[in-house]
Amino acid sequence: MLNRKIQPTITDAVSFDLKLRTCEQYQLDNTVPVYSMNAGTQDVLMIEWVFKAGNWFEQKNIVAGTTNFLLKNGTSTKTAYQINDHFEFYGAYLNRTCYNETASITLHCLSKHINELLPVVAELITDSIFPEEELTTYQQNQKQKLSVNLKKCDFIANRLIDEYVYGFHHPYGKYTSTLDYDQLNRNELVEFFKRFYAEGHCTIFTAGKIPSDLQSQLNKYFGALPLQQRAIPNIQYNLQSSQEKKHQIINDANGVQGAIRIARPFPNKHHPDYQKTQILNNVFGGFFGSRLMSNIREDKGYTYGIHSYIQNHMGDTAWMISTEAGRDVCEATISEVYKEMEILRNEPIDEDELSLVKNYMLGTVLGDLDGPFQLIARWKNYVLNNLDEQYFYNSVQLIKSTGAEELNELAKKYLNPEEFYELTVI
Amino acid sequence: MIEYNRFTLDNGLTVLVHEDTATPMAVVNVLYDVGARDEHPEKTGFAHLFEHLMFGGSINIADYDEPLQRAGGDNNAYTTNDLTNYYCQLPAQNIETAFWLESDRMLSLAFSEKSLSVQRKVVCEEFREHYINKPYGDVWKHMRHLAYTVHPYQWMTIGKELSHVENAHIDDVKHFFFKHYRPVNAILVVAGNVKTEDIKQLAQKWFGPIPMGDKYIRCLPQEPVQNQARRLTIEAEVPLDAFVKTWHMDARLNKGYYTADLITEILGGGASSRLYQSLVKEQKLFSNLDCYHFGSLDAGLLTIEGKLVKGVDINKAEQAISEQIAQIQEQPVAIAELTKVKNKTESVIAFEDMSIMSRASSLAMYELMGDASLMNTELEKYQEINPQDIVDYSKQIFRESNSNTLHYLAK
Repeated sequence: MLNRKIQPTITDAVSFDLKLRTCEQYQLDNTVPVYSMNAGTQDVLMIEWVFKAGNWFEQKNIVAGTTNFLLKNGTSTKTAYQINDHFEFYGAYLNRTCYNETASITLHCLSKHINELLPVVAELITDSIFPEEELTTYQQNQKQKLSVNLKKCDFIANRLIDEYVYGFHHPYGKYTSTLDYDQLNRNELVEFFKRFYAEGHCTIFTAGKIPSDLQSQLNKYFGALPLQQRAIPNIQYNLQSSQEKKHQIINDANGVQGAIRIARPFPNKHHPDYQKTQILNNVFGGFFGSRLMSNIREDKGYTYGIHSYIQNHMGDTAWMISTEAGRDVCEATISEVYKEMEILRNEPIDEDELSLVKNYMLGTVLGDLDGPFQLIARWKNYVLNNLDEQYFYNSVQLIKSTGAEELNELAKKYLNPEEFYELTVI
Repeated sequence: MIEYNRFTLDNGLTVLVHEDTATPMAVVNVLYDVGARDEHPEKTGFAHLFEHLMFGGSINIADYDEPLQRAGGDNNAYTTNDLTNYYCQLPAQNIETAFWLESDRMLSLAFSEKSLSVQRKVVCEEFREHYINKPYGDVWKHMRHLAYTVHPYQWMTIGKELSHVENAHIDDVKHFFFKHYRPVNAILVVAGNVKTEDIKQLAQKWFGPIPMGDKYIRCLPQEPVQNQARRLTIEAEVPLDAFVKTWHMDARLNKGYYTADLITEILGGGASSRLYQSLVKEQKLFSNLDCYHFGSLDAGLLTIEGKLVKGVDINKAEQAISEQIAQIQEQPVAIAELTKVKNKTESVIAFEDMSIMSRASSLAMYELMGDASLMNTELEKYQEINPQDIVDYSKQIFRESNSNTLHYLAK
């Protein structure tokens, strides 16, 4: 007789012997490092060019982001339309993204088309010209987009909480105004491009079904470029956190929800507490079964979702709680968040719950090791943060071995409400 | 080519197995043949609310998520106007936990009042977060109502209004469950590092004993051909004027659907598309512009939507769109441009098929449409389309009398 009340026997994920597939590494003739993950069954390929060209290196707001955005908008021989048409003709996606320390160009394509695409990527990073008209259109359209976003409580909250934690002059804390767009000029982009792309520092990541000649093709198009020659400027920023801890903003008098952000400074990935705290964070608000979700969504119904996470920064970062809650229950939501912190400080997590979280985390890691794009994303994270595969094995080991007492100590150390910045935007 | 094995249990449950030994994981995907189109017009949003209740405990298992997480698994679900899909991924050696959980909630829910009262609130917050508290959040509420006079696509999956969700009663929940959530109305797909023989045994063991239920026979009122243009103007507290226009297009399996899909790519797919190049870059009438459809199973809507550059007259912007449409109706698309959108389609399919999770949900979806093998012939259907097809179909659907236009203006 089938007993439906009892869970079938499971293998605890903590018993898994998780292995991180190694990543092939080589250098182009100009010493640009390439990391390559040859895996997967579909004939698809991803190549990412990562430059040290984030907003860390800009002297004026959004110069880095704009330069990155307009990389596809014209070279001395191709218009924006011709560039886009070329990539789209081959069914390829060329995206670009600007982060704080780095900025990327990412190509996704069918492996068979790669040789048509590489020379044009090389053209973009050597010969982008940032036409005045493209800049003007960009300024106009970005300002329009900003005007819509400024109506959204979550958008406002994300900007302000970063400002409170890091200060507006820190790359992690600054944000964009209409005036910033108005004040952009083409020469700044051209200069930033030359310094941080054409003559910048680049690392290449490739993944998917890698064609056998990819190394020589990359070398042909990128190996002779004047990259990695000039020193990366050494720029330091000091945190200038807000004096005031609690903030309330009314952005829309008729708003029916409030965006709540609660955050505290937290050390970077190299700090000994970082990986263990990921376990504590999972218990607290890191997944669907977390305490914040169980209490504030699944028991009280105050919100569609509530999450906590450590922001993914290379430098010192922040531990953040984020939710959108009904306007009339915002205060109650905040007080429940602090209650959950208090419980974690006062009571060790019981073994049953802790083993569930550990199994969940390791099951997720196993799923994340599946597929070339996920694997290269993990490797990229390690490489760019000056970590190695040992970090992966340490992390797995810590998930397996960290006990409730240690997590309780971390809660006492980090989950103190008076150290958190608190913001509600309605 | 995605390979699979298919078998059916005595209670009518269709099971598909896709074996992939390259992954250590397994995906269990359960699709129920019910979506927002099957709702009563006075009780909209119910299929989606119900999806939430599927996580509120089943007859023998108090909590769905916890045992799955303990087995190293993760899950989610979504509801569309057409269907409801549940999926979980876990280490392959723990797959029986997924069978245990999914079969128990197909056997019967716990029908907990507490779960209903909490999830009503959660869904109302979801409604507020996405459709009330966001600028332009109600565009599709208005457009669906305008474009559909009888077909239940006239409401969004979240529901017509909050009160429908707030008034959901536990008797509605029970009735809905036993009408739609029966083996005969479901498709189970298992993908990943599994063997079909093992899955047969597990499926028989856990799902076999569930009563078959009655096959749900869908008879929805089909939308009559629209013969007069409909227009609506709305003013709202938004910073920019927005323009949205839709035309009725073919249902999912018709040739017209594939043609419409390529037309949306020609007009609005990417930064080299016609509308973007002409209306955003050259004429600078719009700050963004999209052309898309929802992939609906019944006859859907081809949509052009954008925000106007401040100061541009919306009638002038609409006229510019009409000119682009006239062009695609009158001049056959160049072979290179058609090749481009076909190449893009090939690429999209290849990238979509990368994860076992998306392969599993696609197999379920195509099986729902009639046969999972359709998944492997999709690309051919796009390849067959020629320039004349594009002209003919553009003439057929882009009639003004087949259109619905919404001017969503800043107050």
